Amino acid sequence: MQADLNIILPEIVISVYAIAALLFTAYTGKDRMAGMLLWLTAGLLGAMAIWIGVTGDGSRTAFGGMFNDDGFARFAKVTILLSAAAVMVLGQEYMMRRKILRFEYPILIALSAVGMMLMVSAGDLMALYMGLELQSLALYVVASLRRDSAKSTEAGLKYFVLGALSSGLLLYGASLTYGYAGTTLFSGIIEAAEGQAPVGLLFGLVFVIAGLAFKVSAVPFHMWTPDVYEGSPTPITAFFATAPKVAAMGLFARVVHDAFGGVVGDWQQVLALLSLLSMFLGAVAAIGQTDIKRLMAYSSIAHMGYALMGLAAGDAFGVQAMLIYMAIYVTMNIGTFAFILSMERDGQPITEIASLNMYSRAHPARALAMLILLFSLAGVPPLLGFFGKLYVLRAAYEGGLAWLAVAGVIASVIGAFYYLRIVYYMYFGEEREPLETSRSPVQWSFLMVSAALMLLGIINMFGVEGMAQAAAATLVN
Amino acid sequence: MDNLLSISTFIPAIAAAILAIFLRGEDAAAQRNAKWVALIATTLTFIVSLFILAGFDPNDTGFQFVEEHQWLLGLKYKMGVDGISVLFVLLTTFMMPLTIAASWNVTKRVKEYMIAFLILETLMLGVFMALDLVLFYLFFEAGLIPMFLIIGIWGGKERIYASFKFFLYTFLGSVLMLVAMVAMFSDAGTTDIVTLLNHQFGSESFSILGVHVVGGMQTLMFIAFFASFAVKMPMWPVHTWLPDAHVQAPTAGSVVLAAILLKMGGYGFLRFSLPMFPVGAEIMTPLILWMSAIAIVYTSLVALAQEDMKKLIAYSSVAHMGYVTMGIFAANQQGIDGAIFQMISHGFISGALFLCVGVIYDRMHTREIDAYGGLVNRMPAYALIFMLFTMANVGLPGTSGFIGEFLTLIGVFQVNTWVALVAASGVILSAAYALWLYRRVVLGDLIKESLRSITDMTTRERAIFAPLVVMTLLLGVYPSLVTDIIGPSVEALISNYDTALAEAHAASQIAEVSH
Repeated sequence: MQADLNIILPEIVISVYAIAALLFTAYTGKDRMAGMLLWLTAGLLGAMAIWIGVTGDGSRTAFGGMFNDDGFARFAKVTILLSAAAVMVLGQEYMMRRKILRFEYPILIALSAVGMMLMVSAGDLMALYMGLELQSLALYVVASLRRDSAKSTEAGLKYFVLGALSSGLLLYGASLTYGYAGTTLFSGIIEAAEGQAPVGLLFGLVFVIAGLAFKVSAVPFHMWTPDVYEGSPTPITAFFATAPKVAAMGLFARVVHDAFGGVVGDWQQVLALLSLLSMFLGAVAAIGQTDIKRLMAYSSIAHMGYALMGLAAGDAFGVQAMLIYMAIYVTMNIGTFAFILSMERDGQPITEIASLNMYSRAHPARALAMLILLFSLAGVPPLLGFFGKLYVLRAAYEGGLAWLAVAGVIASVIGAFYYLRIVYYMYFGEEREPLETSRSPVQWSFLMVSAALMLLGIINMFGVEGMAQAAAATLVN
Repeated sequence: MDNLLSISTFIPAIAAAILAIFLRGEDAAAQRNAKWVALIATTLTFIVSLFILAGFDPNDTGFQFVEEHQWLLGLKYKMGVDGISVLFVLLTTFMMPLTIAASWNVTKRVKEYMIAFLILETLMLGVFMALDLVLFYLFFEAGLIPMFLIIGIWGGKERIYASFKFFLYTFLGSVLMLVAMVAMFSDAGTTDIVTLLNHQFGSESFSILGVHVVGGMQTLMFIAFFASFAVKMPMWPVHTWLPDAHVQAPTAGSVVLAAILLKMGGYGFLRFSLPMFPVGAEIMTPLILWMSAIAIVYTSLVALAQEDMKKLIAYSSVAHMGYVTMGIFAANQQGIDGAIFQMISHGFISGALFLCVGVIYDRMHTREIDAYGGLVNRMPAYALIFMLFTMANVGLPGTSGFIGEFLTLIGVFQVNTWVALVAASGVILSAAYALWLYRRVVLGDLIKESLRSITDMTTRERAIFAPLVVMTLLLGVYPSLVTDIIGPSVEALISNYDTALAEAHAASQIAEVSH
C-alpha cells in the first residue's frame, strides 16, 4: 500500500492541493483569489512536471497493475503538465481583463490534469474510465465558464452531451471487452487477445476506439470540436487544443498497445481509416472558415490525423513518432493561441481572420512569429512542424501503410492552403482598420519563444527525440 | 578551411538575421542600410564561392569540401560539391549581387525584401550543396516560403493568385518526393546521398491494385521525384504556374526564379533521378524526351502569341528548359554536358532578359509589348544590350545559348532522331518570337507619345548588365570553361548509369531464365 501510494504521489499532491484550494477559496476571497490561485496552480503543475521528469526511472506498477508508471507515462505527463501550466499563464491576463477569471478555473484545470495523468498511466479499463471522466467533467464545466454567454454555455452543453455519448460507447466497449477477456486489466486482456481474438473482444476494441476517437476529435467523431472551440473563451480553447489532446493520444496508445498489442493488424486498419478521414476533413473543412478559432479546430482535427498515422504504424517507432508529433503540435498551438489571444479591437477579442488585414505593417515582429508558426503548422520545411510530419510518415511507411503516407502528404498540401490564407491576410492584404494588440508581455513572449523553438528545434529537437524513443520503448516491447 | 560550403551558405542567412534584429525604422537611411548590407553579404558570398571554385579539382569525380555532422532521426548534416553542382553554386552566388543591385529602386518594405532574398540565397545554395536527402528536401522546399512572400508582397496586380498557385503547385509536386525519400530511407537505411548513389533499389516488377508496375520500386520512386522536379523545371504540361509567377513577381524575383530556381529541377534529375533510379529512368526516357520536344515546340508557339513581355520570356524559359530535360535523358556525354551548359547559360541569359524588361518597366510601369516601339531612338545602349541577349536567347553562335542547344541536340540525335528533329524546329521558332519581340519593342519609329521622354540606362543599370554580357560572350566562345569542370563528373555519372542498367538487365534475364 505504501509503495502504491508512493508511485501515485504526484497525482495525490495535485488532488489534495485542488481540494484544499477549493475549500480555502470557498470560505475566503472567492474570485479575488483567482489570480493568485492561477499562478499557484501553474507553478505546482510546472513543479510536478519537473519532478516527474527528473526523478522517475524504470517501470513500476501500482494497485495490482491498474496504474503504470513508466517512461511513456512520464513523457506524456511532463508534456501535459507543462502545456497545462503554460496555457494557464498564457490566458491569465485575458481572463482577468474580461472578468471571467473565476476561482474554479485553476482548480478545475488542476483536477483535469490529475485525470489526464491517470489516463496516460491507466493499466486497467476502470482506471482508464476514471481518469477519462475526471478529465472530461472538469472540461465540460470550464467550456461554459462564461455563464452569461449563450455561445459558451452552448459549447459546454454540446461538449457534455456528445462527451456522455462517447463515454457510453467506451463503456459499452469496455463491458464487451471485460465479458470476453474475463478481466479489466490490460495485462489480462492482452493475453486473451493474443493471436486470434474472439469476435466479441474485437467489438469491444472497436467501441473503445470509437470512444477514444471522440476524445482526440478524430473524424467521424469530431463534430463537437469546431463549436466547442468557437464557443469557449479563447484561453480555454487553447487548453482544449493542447493538454487533453496529448492525454487522449497517450491513452489511445496505451490501450491499443498495452491491452490489444497482440492484435495489431485488427486495430491498425481502424486507426488508419480514422487518420485518413481526419487529415482530409481537417484540411478541406478549414478552407471555408472565417473564424480563426474554428479554423484552429479543424487544424487540430487534421493534426490528430497525422498523430494517429504514427500510432497506426503499430510499432515502437510509430509511438515515438506520435509522441514527437504531439510535443511539437502542443508547442505550435501554444504559440498560435498566444497570438489569437492578443487579437483585439477596442478591448474586445476578435477572432475573425479577415481582421488580420495587413497585420504585418503595424506589428512586424508578431506577424513574423505567426508566419513561422503557420508554416510550421502546415509542415513546410525547415520548421519543426515538418519534422513531426517526417516522423509519422516514416513510421507509417515502415508500418506498411505507404498509401496512408501518400494520402497524408496530399492532405498536407490542401491544408497548406488555409494556413497560407492567414499569411495572405497578414502580409498581402490591403490596409483597413488596423487590429489592435494587447500589450501583454506574457502573450508576446509565449509567441516569440514558440516561434523560436520552431526554428531552433531543427538543430537537435532539444533532446525530445531520445526521450520519446525511450518512452516508446517502455510501451511497446 | 573545411567548412567553406557552410560558410558561404549561411553568410546570407546571418546577414538576414542581422537585418531582422538590428535594423529599425522605414526611413531612407534604414532603407539604404538594408540594401548595402544585402549587397555586401551577397558579394561576400560570391567571393567565398570563388575560393570553392579555386580549390575545386575537376578531375576528382567524388564530392569535395565534404562536411558531415550527425542530426535528428539518423539524418546527417552533410554538404559537398562535385563537378555537377559546383557551377550551380557559382551561378547562384554570381546572380544574387546582381539581383540585389537591380532592386535598388524598391521602396516598399525594403528591409523585409532584402531579408527574403538573403534567406532565399541561403536556401538555394543549400539545395546545390546538400548531400543528405532530407537536408536537400529541407532547402528545396523551404525556398517556397521566401518566394511566396516575394511574389505576394512585392508582385504585380494578380500577385495573390500567382503566389498561391506557385506555392501549392510546387508543394504538391514535392510532397510525393518526400514519400519516396522516406521509402528510400527505409530501403537503404540511410539518407546519405553518396551512399545512395551506390545503392541499387529494387527493380523487380510487381503489381499494385492490379496495375503492373514495370521496373518496380525504381519506377515508382522515379515518378515521385519526377513529379517534383518536372513541376520545378517546369516541364510541359505542368508549367502553367511559371508564367503567372513570372509575370507577377517583381523584377528581381523573376530573375532569381528564371536564373536559379528553375535549375533546381534539372539539378535534381542529375543528382537523383538518373543515377539512383536508372531502371526507372530508362523506362520513362521515351516519354520524357517527347514531353521535352512538345514543350519546346508548344511553348515557343505560345510565346509567339503573348502580349506581355515577361510572359513571353517566361514561355521561352519553358522552351529552353525543354532542351535541358531532353539533354539529361539522352544520357550521353554531349547531352548531359549540353544540359548543364544550357542551364548555366540560361541562368545568365534569362536573368538578363528579365532585367531588360525591368529596365523599361521601371520607367513606364507597363509590360505590354504594344506600349513600346522605337526605343532605339531614345535608348541606344539599351537597344544594344537587349539585342545581345535576344540573340543569345535565340542561340546565335558566339553566344552561350548556342553551345547548350547544339550539344543537347547532338546528344539526343544519337538516342532518338525524331525527337531531335522536332526539337530542332524549336530553334527556328525561338528566333521568330525573340526577334519579333525585339522588333516590336525596340525598332521602328518612336511614335508613342508617352515614350518621348524615356531615358537611357543609368550607370548602375549598365554595371549590372556588364558581368552578364561578359559571361554570355565568354562562354559562347570558350565553352571549355564549363565543360572542363563538369566533364569528368558527367562521365562518371554516365558510366555508373550504364553499368547499373547493364547489371539490372543481366539480373532480370537471369530471373527470366530461372522462371
